Formats: sequence, C-alpha cells, structure tokens
Amino acid sequence: MSSNKKYWKSVEELNNDSSIVETLQQNEFVSEIPTEEFLGDKDTLESSSTTRRDFLKYVGFSTAAASLAACEGPVIKSIPYVVQPDEIIPGVANYYATTIADGFDFASVLVKTREGRPIKIENNTMAATNGGANARVNASVLGLYDSLRVQGPRKGESAISWGEFDAETIQTFNGLKDSGKDIVLLTQTFASPSTSKLISEFSEKYGNVRHVVYDAVSESIALDAFQAKYGERGLASYDFSKAETIVSIGADFLGDWQGGGFDTGYSKMRVPHHGKMSRHIQFESNMSLSGANADKRIPLTPAQQKVALAKLYSYVVGGSVSGDLPEHMDEAVRKAAAQLKKAGSNGVVITGLQEINAQTVVLEINEFLKSKAFDTAAPIKTRQGNDKAVTTLIADMKAGKVGAIIMSGVNPLYTLANASDFAEGLAKTDVSVTFSMKADETSSETQYIAAAPHYLESWGDVEFKNGHYGLMQPTIRPLFNTRQFQDALLKWTGNDMSFNDYIKDTWNGGLLGGNSFNKALHDGVYIGTIASETVDTTDETTIETPSGNAARALAASAKVSDLELTLYTKVGMGDGQQANNPWLQEFPDPITRASWDNYLTVSRVDADRLGIKNRHVADGALNGSLVELTVNGVPVTVPAYIQPGQAVGTVGLALGYGRKNGLKEELQTGKNAYHFYNNSNPVQSDVSISVVAGEHEFACVQLHNTLMGRGDIIKETNLEVFNTKDKKHWNAVPVVSLNHKETPVTSPDVDLWDEFDRSIGHHFNLSIDLNACTGCGACVIACHAENNVPVVGKTEVRRSRDMHWLRIDRYYSSEDSFEGDNTKKDEISGLASSLSEFGELEDPADNPQVAFQPVMCQHCNHAPCETVCPVAATSHGRQGQNHMAYNRCVGTRYCANNCPYKVRRFNWFLYAQNDEFDYFMNDDLGRMVLNPDVVVRSRGVMEKCSMCIQKTQKTILDAKRDGREIEDGEFQTACSAACSNGAMTFGDINDKESKVAKLKEDNRMYHLLESVGTKPNVIYQTKVRNTTEA
Amino acid sequence: MKKSYQSLEDNSTKNMKQVIYRKLTSNILHLGFILLLTFSTTLNAQDGDSAKGKTLFNTNCAACHNLDKAMTGPSLRYVETRLSDEQGLDRAWLSDWIRNSAGLVKSGDSYANQIYNEYNGTAMTAFPTLSDQDISDILAYTATDPVVAATPVAAAGSGSGASEGGISNKIILGALALLFALLAMALVLVRQTLNRFAEAKGVELADKKRLPLWKAFAKNQFLVLVTAILFLLASGYYVFGYFMQVGIDQGYQPVQPIHFSHKVHAGDNGIDCKYCHSSARVSKTSGIPSLNVCMNCHKSVYEYNGETTAEHSKEFYDGEIQKLYAAAGWSDADQKYTGDAQPVKWVRIHNLPDFAYFNHSQHVTVAGIQCQTCHGPVEEMEVMYQYSPLTMGWCINCHRETEVNVKDNAYYTKIHEQLSKKYGVDKLTAAQMGGLECGKCHY
Repeated sequence: MSSNKKYWKSVEELNNDSSIVETLQQNEFVSEIPTEEFLGDKDTLESSSTTRRDFLKYVGFSTAAASLAACEGPVIKSIPYVVQPDEIIPGVANYYATTIADGFDFASVLVKTREGRPIKIENNTMAATNGGANARVNASVLGLYDSLRVQGPRKGESAISWGEFDAETIQTFNGLKDSGKDIVLLTQTFASPSTSKLISEFSEKYGNVRHVVYDAVSESIALDAFQAKYGERGLASYDFSKAETIVSIGADFLGDWQGGGFDTGYSKMRVPHHGKMSRHIQFESNMSLSGANADKRIPLTPAQQKVALAKLYSYVVGGSVSGDLPEHMDEAVRKAAAQLKKAGSNGVVITGLQEINAQTVVLEINEFLKSKAFDTAAPIKTRQGNDKAVTTLIADMKAGKVGAIIMSGVNPLYTLANASDFAEGLAKTDVSVTFSMKADETSSETQYIAAAPHYLESWGDVEFKNGHYGLMQPTIRPLFNTRQFQDALLKWTGNDMSFNDYIKDTWNGGLLGGNSFNKALHDGVYIGTIASETVDTTDETTIETPSGNAARALAASAKVSDLELTLYTKVGMGDGQQANNPWLQEFPDPITRASWDNYLTVSRVDADRLGIKNRHVADGALNGSLVELTVNGVPVTVPAYIQPGQAVGTVGLALGYGRKNGLKEELQTGKNAYHFYNNSNPVQSDVSISVVAGEHEFACVQLHNTLMGRGDIIKETNLEVFNTKDKKHWNAVPVVSLNHKETPVTSPDVDLWDEFDRSIGHHFNLSIDLNACTGCGACVIACHAENNVPVVGKTEVRRSRDMHWLRIDRYYSSEDSFEGDNTKKDEISGLASSLSEFGELEDPADNPQVAFQPVMCQHCNHAPCETVCPVAATSHGRQGQNHMAYNRCVGTRYCANNCPYKVRRFNWFLYAQNDEFDYFMNDDLGRMVLNPDVVVRSRGVMEKCSMCIQKTQKTILDAKRDGREIEDGEFQTACSAACSNGAMTFGDINDKESKVAKLKEDNRMYHLLESVGTKPNVIYQTKVRNTTEA
Repeated sequence: MKKSYQSLEDNSTKNMKQVIYRKLTSNILHLGFILLLTFSTTLNAQDGDSAKGKTLFNTNCAACHNLDKAMTGPSLRYVETRLSDEQGLDRAWLSDWIRNSAGLVKSGDSYANQIYNEYNGTAMTAFPTLSDQDISDILAYTATDPVVAATPVAAAGSGSGASEGGISNKIILGALALLFALLAMALVLVRQTLNRFAEAKGVELADKKRLPLWKAFAKNQFLVLVTAILFLLASGYYVFGYFMQVGIDQGYQPVQPIHFSHKVHAGDNGIDCKYCHSSARVSKTSGIPSLNVCMNCHKSVYEYNGETTAEHSKEFYDGEIQKLYAAAGWSDADQKYTGDAQPVKWVRIHNLPDFAYFNHSQHVTVAGIQCQTCHGPVEEMEVMYQYSPLTMGWCINCHRETEVNVKDNAYYTKIHEQLSKKYGVDKLTAAQMGGLECGKCHY
C-alpha cells in the first residue's frame, strides 16, 4: 500500500528537528533576498561615491545610448553554398545511422545533422543488439565541437604535417625490424573486423608487432572465465527480457557492467503484464542503479558477496561450501536460491565480482538452470582487454624491449593504477605515438600526437556480438587536420586504400553473405549468421583459469577486512574519456543527485563511527567532511558523502574524475580514483579512512525543488496487491468534501475553472511508467541537446539554479516490510536489552527502497503559472501544451513561485557568449551543436519544458505537406524518443487508438499532485514492486 | 527661358540627324540581309527554313551550343561549310552525328572521336526524332550570318533623350523658382513703392506700434494651452511613431555584392520563384540559391540581351554576369570550372528575430500562398527590398483573415469537419485553427 510509506529525498528529511527541511517546505527561495545587506547599513550607503543624481545620470545616459544603438539594425550576411550538396536542404535535418565505439560505449545511433553539422544523437530503432543510447552516448556529439581538440599532428609541442609524420614513423618502424625490439599497438577494444584484419596485415609487414588491447575499466577476468569455459574470448550475453528472476551479486547491469545496454530488455519484464513481472534481487555494497531498481536489495560487503555467491551455488546446484554469513543475509541468499530454482530456465544469475572463480560460478549456475536469458553462442565482443598482457607490456617497456608504442583510444597514464611504471617504460621506447583528440595525460607525454577524428568524423565497423554488426560512417567532414588510426595503419602497410574502401572490401568479402553494403550502411546495423574471423592475439598462457571447484575456492578466497572500497563508474562520467563534456559534468548522478564531482560514499553507521558529517547549509546546498582515503598506502583526500543503503564496512568511489590535461579548468573536477584501481580490480581491501580538516561543497540538487512537503507524489504498490485488490486500494483518486460528501478532485463539480473543449485536433499527453524507468538519465541529456539547455556550472548548481528542463527525482522510502523488526521487538525482554536492541532496529536510512520519477513541466490544463503571469507570457495551447513566449517574459518569476511541481527554470545570467560561463555556448565551435529550431534564451527570462513543441509542430507540418493523417508513434518528444526502456510514451489522446490514450485509461495511471487539481497532461503509471517471495 | 527653348531645338535637330543615320544603317543592313539570303540559298542544296530552324535550335540545341561561342559543345555557325571545308564531311555524316553521336564515336570514326575527346568526353544527346527537314532547317539557321546589332545605337540615342528630359525638368523647376522669386521681389517692390507714394502724398500710415504677434499669443492663455496640448499630442504621435518603427526594416533595400535583378529574372523572363528558391517548398527557409543553380542557366546565358536603361546598361549587366562567373569559379573561355570559387556574401534583407519561428513550407506548400503576398511585386523589383513590415501584428492580421486551404488534404479532413461544426462556419481562418497561439511561433 502506498499510503503508509514515508518518502524522502535526503537523510536530512528524516531528522525531525532539521530547520532546513522546514524552510525548504515553506519557501521556494531558501534564503531571503539580501536587501538588508546593502540597504540596511547606513554608513556604507553614505560613503558610497555614487550619489542619487549621478545614478540618475548614468541611468539616463545608458537608456539613451541603448535606444540609439537599437535604432540601427545590424547588417546580416547570408552566404549560400557555391555548389549545394544534393542531400542538403537548408533548414531540413538529415539523419545518418552510425555507431559509437569509443572503447567504453558501443551503441548503434542515428545522428541528426542540420546543414551538414551533427547536432543530436538519437536511438537507431533498427538496432536490436545493444540497447539504446545512454546518457553518455547522447552527450557524445558535444565532444566533436570541443575547442581544445588537437587540430593537427604534433611532434612534441610543434605542429608537423602528415607527410613528415609518415616519413618519420615508417623510418623508425623499418629501423626496428631487426633490432629485436617490438612495435606495440596498445589500443582500446575496437571490436572491429576490419581493424583486426588491418592490424594482422600490419604485423605481417613489420613482423615484430604486438597488439595489446586495454580497457580502462576492465572485464578481463570475466573474459578469462568465459574463455576458459567456452574457448572463445568474449562475454556471455544476457537478455533480461527472458528472465523472470534475476539475481545479481555486485553487478550493476543497468549501469556499465560488461559494456551495459541491458536495461532495454530488463524494462520489458518490469511492467506487469497479465499480472506478471520479473523479480530482481540485488546483493551489492554500493547503492547502484541496479540496486535502486531491485525488488529486494541486500547490502553486502564484497567479501560477503563472494560467500553469498558460493552459497547460492550450493543451494541451487548442490555441494557444500565453507564461509559464514550473518543469519538474515544467509536467509536472503536461501530465498533467492529458492526463487531461482522455482523459476528454472526463467532465472538468471550475474555477478560483477572481478574474480575468476566468481565469474565461473555464475556461468555454471546459469548453465545448470539452462537459463533462457543466458547466451554463450553469440558472446559479446565489446570488451576484449587483457590485464595480463598489459602487465607484461609494462614490464617489457621498463626492460627496454619495446621499440615503438602506438596508442589509440587509450589513456593509460590516467587510467592505470601503476601509471608511473608506464611512464617509466614509455621513456625507454624509441618512438611513441598516440592517436588522440586531446593533449591528454598520455598523449602529451608521447613524442607524437596523431590528431584523431571524433567518431562522427570516422569510418569504422563493430561486431557487438558474434554476427551482430554495426557500421560507423562520418556525418561531417573532419573539422581539423585529423587522421584515424586505421588510415594510419593503411599508410604504414603501404596500402593506398582509404579505410572506407577497406571496410567495404572486408564486408563484401564474405561477412555480408551477398547482402548489400549500402543497405547495411544505411541501416547502420547488420545481423548476419557469419561471425568475423577474429585474429585472436591472446596467448593461452596469459589467461587465468578457475580452480577445480570454483564455488569452494570462491568462498575460501573471501577475506574479511575492516573496510572495503568498491570502485564504480557513474552513469554520467563512465570511464572518464568524456570529462570534457559539460553536459555530463552537470548531469546529476541518479542516486546521489550530485553533479560536478566524485566522492567517497560511506554508510551512515561508518560515518557516525568515523565522525564524517554531511550538513545542509542555509541555501539547501550540501557540505561534507573531507576524508583521507588510503589504499595500499596511497593516500588521496576526497569528500565523503553519506549514502543510504551503502553496506556497512564498505565505501565507494567513482572512476572517471580527476582529469587535468586537455580540459578547461571548470571541467577539472573530482579526484582520480584510478590510482586505487590496482590489478584492475574494482574491489580493494587494504583501505583506511580518516577525517581531515575542511569541508567540501557539493553541487547536489538533492533538496532543491522539493514538492513543498506535499505527499501524493510517488504512488507505489506491490504485485500481490496490484493483482488482487481493486484500484481504489492502491491508486485512489484524492477526494475533497463537497456538501459533506466525498467527491473526487477530478470531478468538474469541485473545480475552480471551467473546462475547455480539447476534443478537437491533437491533445498531447506524455505517460511515464515508473516501473520501466531505471533512472538512467538518457532523457535528461537528450532534452539538453534538443532544447539548447544551458550549462550553469558547479557554483550555480549549488545555488539551485540548474537549468535542466527534465529532472529525475530520486526518492528513498523505508522497507515496506518490517517483519524482521517485529520479531525482534517481540523477543525483547527487560529494559536493559530493549535499550540496546531498539537501537539496532533497522534504521530507515540503512537500506531504503528507491524510486525514480522523471519530472518535467506537467503542462497542466488548469495551470497555476498561467494565471499569475502579469504579462501573459505563458499561456495554454489547444493541443495541451503550456506555451512559454520568452520574448514576452519580463522575469517576475511569479510563475515559478506558483508552480507546484517546481519545473520552471530562470535564466539568472546570460549563459551564451559569456566568459563567466565558459562552457559549450561560449565558443563558436561549441555553439555548432545548438538546435537552430529552438531559440537560445537570454538573461532574465523564465524557461521550461515545452513538450518539444518544435517536434510536434514539425510532425504536423510533415503530415500537412504530404496530405495525410498522423499515425500513432509519429509524435515524439526528445525524452520519449531517447527512452529505449519504454518508460516514456508520448502521443495524441484524441486518437483513441493511440498507445498513450490507452495508458491514460490504465488502472495504474495517476497525476502528480492530483489533489491540487491542476489537471496535468503528463501522466504517471504507479510503480509496482514484485515483493512476492518464492 | 528663351535659351532653354533654344537648347531643346538644338537637341531635336541632333536627334533628327541620328534618326536619319539609323535609318541609313538599317537600310544597308537590310540590303545585306537580302544579299546574304540569296547567297545562302544558292549555297545549300537542300532548302532549310532558318526561322523554323531557329525555333528548333532554341528548343533542342541551345542548352549546349551557341552559334558564335564554344560552350558545352562547339560553336555552330557555318558548321556545315566548316565541316565540309576542313574535314570533308558531308551532311550525311552530320545527320548521323546529330541522331546518334555516341554510335558514331563507337564506330571509330576519327573526327567523331576527335571532337568527342576535345569536349572532355561529353557525349552529345542523341536526337533520333529529328527529321531530315528539321536538320536542314537547323543547319540553315546555323548558316545565317551574324546580325550586326543595330540596337545599341538606338539605345544610345534614346538614352541621351532620356537624360535630356531630366535636364529640361531641372531647368523648368529652376525657372519656376526664379519666377516665384521675381514675384516675391515684385511684391516687396510694389509695397515699397506704395509706401513711398503714401509718404510723398502725406497719407498717415497706421500706428506701427502694434503689439508683436508672439506677445499677443503669449498673453492669450487659452491659446497657449491649446497649442501646448496640440504640440504635446503631435510630438507624442511622432515619438510613438518613431519608436514603433525601430527595428522594422520595411523598405530595406541594401546594395548587394552582385546586382541581381529580380525584374529581369522573375519578371522579364518569367522564371518561377521556386525554381531558384526551391527549399521554400520543403523547408523553413526559402533558401538563397546556391551558385550552381545560377549556373544552370548562366552557363549558356553569358550576356544580357533584354531591355536596358542608362543606369543598367548591357555592359553593366554583362559585368554582373562576369561577377557571377568569378564567384562560381567558371571560366567562360574554357567552359569549365576552375575550382577557384568565391562564395557570395549577400546582404540578408528579411530578418526575423530568433525567437520567432517561421516556416516557408507551411505557407508555400500547405497553404498555397503566393510569394508576392508577403514579398510584394518581386517581379518588378530591379533591386530587392523588404515589402512587408514583418511585424507580429502583420502576421496575426493575416492569420485572422486568411481562410485555411483544406481542400484535398487528408490531414485537415477530420479537424475541419469538427471545427466547422463548433464555430458554425464552413471556412476556417488560420486563427480558428489555432494559428494565434503563442507557442506556435515562439519556442
């Protein structure tokens, strides 16, 4: 039942005495406008050198000057093409299918280009293989327009030509042929059939070539385990749309676990159909996106996770293992095992433990279950890194055995824990080349920087899984004098072909099986039966092999330590290669809601023990203690963030931050956690922390824009209630008293306003399914790109001035079952034990349930903002959208004050072409990403979600031009199009056959703050949790 | 005055002389023509009608050939005689070439291959449908001698006449001014003379110590008040008017880098607006045509042959075409692109602010509005200017008045039916369709 749960966004809210929460519930602006500060002090006023007369003179002069300046319009030049390309019509967008493959993110995407420049990344709906575009992929277009890109090949500090580069490198390579030294290619995972072929040709030509694949965030152990068991280097692929029971032990599969992209399938099973949905049990230490979405989440330390996995194996498959777990954890594992057994082939187990035995155990359990979601026939190829080969390489480099090192897509001096060893080795090579878009940590240390193009300027191909291919094609001519790694390989092998032709040859030579290359290029994806012949460079001896009885070995390997550190990747930052992207920096982490930072997540218990404090300051911003984190003797000072749900005895820290080279100063945020990434293992056990002096200021939007203390925000129920009880039990419409009779608020009798007739034409509604939403945030970035939303920077975010039109609220709630507590309470005997044991009763903050709720302008039919605008700048359209005429707005902010959903955003400053906000809108290159159909708002103007009116108008116009009716699914907003999980459905409810019209009639449908009577056009679907235990 | 008449007379005699000259030259020309025609007829064994030939030439050949100038294909004047003289090729060969040049090239004919290679391997379009008579007509046309243009003389004559008119106008105005000055002087003189008469005769003139007018005015408070109010109202009116026109560029007529005459293109030659501004049909912008669109025609239109004025002479227009060639990187002599293009920086005339969204295709394709409705009589504009104010009031007014064209558009069928029932009208205005909502244009 939803009614008796308490929801909260911050631990602060659970504290009854917190004045800050009280303040935020009452006021939009946490602190009073400080008029007293400059008017109250008489002395300062009198000592001011500007008299009233002077002031009036200035005002008069500037007004006159401004009006004079306004009289003369600027002369605007228009320069048409000399020869207009056939496919470009100015003002009409073109879409190209391509593939991102940056070594961390692999996805098939559609690129929207206007006048030849890419402005937005969208999902390629033809791509069935690798999920949708996540937040980072959506934001990747901005990387193309980074003003700090390397603009041409460089030798040291000086620019050289490609001709010189070729001549010098080829000479060195030839010189190395008989020297006994190796030429090493250290690359990201390309997963590219053509590149593999090319590299083998390169090896043939020079002989002494070694190709080492290195993933910054490694899955090497899982690859080893798979290779040992199935003989092929890959990762088992999982299709969660076929799983009814999912048990995850430390795997953040909704995040970036094993390459990510699993959320689309997962969400399909999360929406109850015919009373059935999947059940997801998560054992983990950090609060991850997957844990937040789980039906049952059990916080375990990494050591406990190992035992839990071993026990799970013994309960499901059989056999006995040693190792002990606290009773309630053991109970949870037993229940999970029972559930898995019951589900049989509909169950699946996964793990994120980088332990050969753990990975093997999981493969064995899934084999035992004959899991339908588990596929080893077409393994995932998007992670191929080999840690042992990298270690060997570093040793060889230090021994002076490496003559030349050529790197592409990697940044080892930033991502290696032993970066200093690598640097030492690098100095001993004869020649070092980095293909890089930036003068980053590594490339600035190598002799040559070969300026590399962005993926939107490159050719390429990707094999996601065996037989599942994607093609990469340029969507713009290279902006700078760049050359991609593969083109350089072609040059080095003396091949005059372009890489484009090379790919075509490779594909036509068998891989396509006679199908058209052009069609594959058009679609961007191709699923065939033929797997490419990968030249496997992995030496059998370099892989780790599991012990005879993996489960037993696993249980035995669990060593208990006081504190364990789990490194993780954030949805926004990933492995850190897009640290130059202000959209991603400002993107609030789905769980902590903090942006522009990484931090040590600690449990409340540990925080109390160590004296770590988080406190909210007067304006609602968060400050936290600084701690010194020491891992294996390496200390780093990081801020600490008290994370509800963090397993006691564990801490977490995000990778990908702390970059310094090739970045604007504002974007050099956080601390580099790769320093602790020893042996590429995210779990580190030799950890200690101590509080140090000072406080860190977080840019956390956690308490901002709360819903003013009103309930009725998230509605939630469990599957059993949902299936058995009537709607009024779990999704009741609020009632008010009319003539002493309870009347639903939706009734026109209790409405202040008359209803307009909206039955004619289109009436747009957006449905958001809280069950399908995983909180991934792809929609937030898509909205950013589509609507030219500005980036405001860390200090402004702290002041609650972030401009996101669409935010994803994260609510914590206490466990709905307190059975454990009740039994304990019954057992209490006597006063002495009650005092101690009551304290042990589960604190709501220790393992909360999490719900995500995307909130944008609700486009209320009876909008409170419209009635208070003194200049009628915001008004309602017949199609249901709440319009905002920026040019009419005078900035009173009455509308924001009167909005119950707090979705209006005010331009406190001019964010474009302003040196104070030196992000993408401050340089000519960065502004290329702006959507020409949406105006860039100026200072002093209110803005908000427009329900992508530019997109709905475009759809209508296209239909008018073709003289046809609009079909369901044609209307899309940026967020609904970006959501590959099916959580957002947009459409016309006057089309009774449309999906959204049916969702509006669904039993789960409710409006946000229905009791206010605003009649929003955004609808939500009640969250249903599957708490049914086997 | 007499003098000015004199000058006019002088001119007229000059003109007379010119007319006589002109007649003389044209007479000689006529004679030449007749001689020529008789000569050419004797030359050609098969008769061809050069007038018919001209029509055929213009429809079939003119895209690639000119009589006097090598273009995509060679110049064609006297082609037949040239071929027979230089190559010894007869009419039969020429007919074969015209009907199927590619076949001739393939057959290995030496001259066919020579000419094919000379023109960068561009195959000539085959014209298998041309009859023998057609071909002889065309050849007859190609055999005509060039017409020595007599028009420039006439143009020069009429040009000087026009400028003469300008001078005489000025003289008339000057004379009138002089007349008024004389009149005024006469009046003053008459007054002085009368005063002197009065003085001489001893007539007492009225008291000169009248209150000055301004003092009398200042004393009358009512008048002062009324004037002040009138003054304030007037200045208010003008200040308001002044401020209301700030940022409105109606009539804005900047000088463009190339003097592109919409009058010549859209007016005289009747080219459809959307031939050049093709994106108006599908895009939000009408698009300034790219130079390759200009070159579609201007590859063969290398000189101006239309009406001229003193300001815009043939030389002037031809110079502008040369500017286009320079910009497009087209070498007229070699008939190919040099690759050295210089994009033209046009001065933009119609500027909507960023916060207003306007889509051409909505108005042009969906609503079927003529371009002239907003852009004015473009076909008469020698220099393009902004015809409409492009203010929001102007937009909205049109949306209020214009009935939406819903015919044969399946998109509108349902909504039209429902809305007409709601408003009780048969035809709906754009406003009734929701065309006045803020968010339809501002986002």
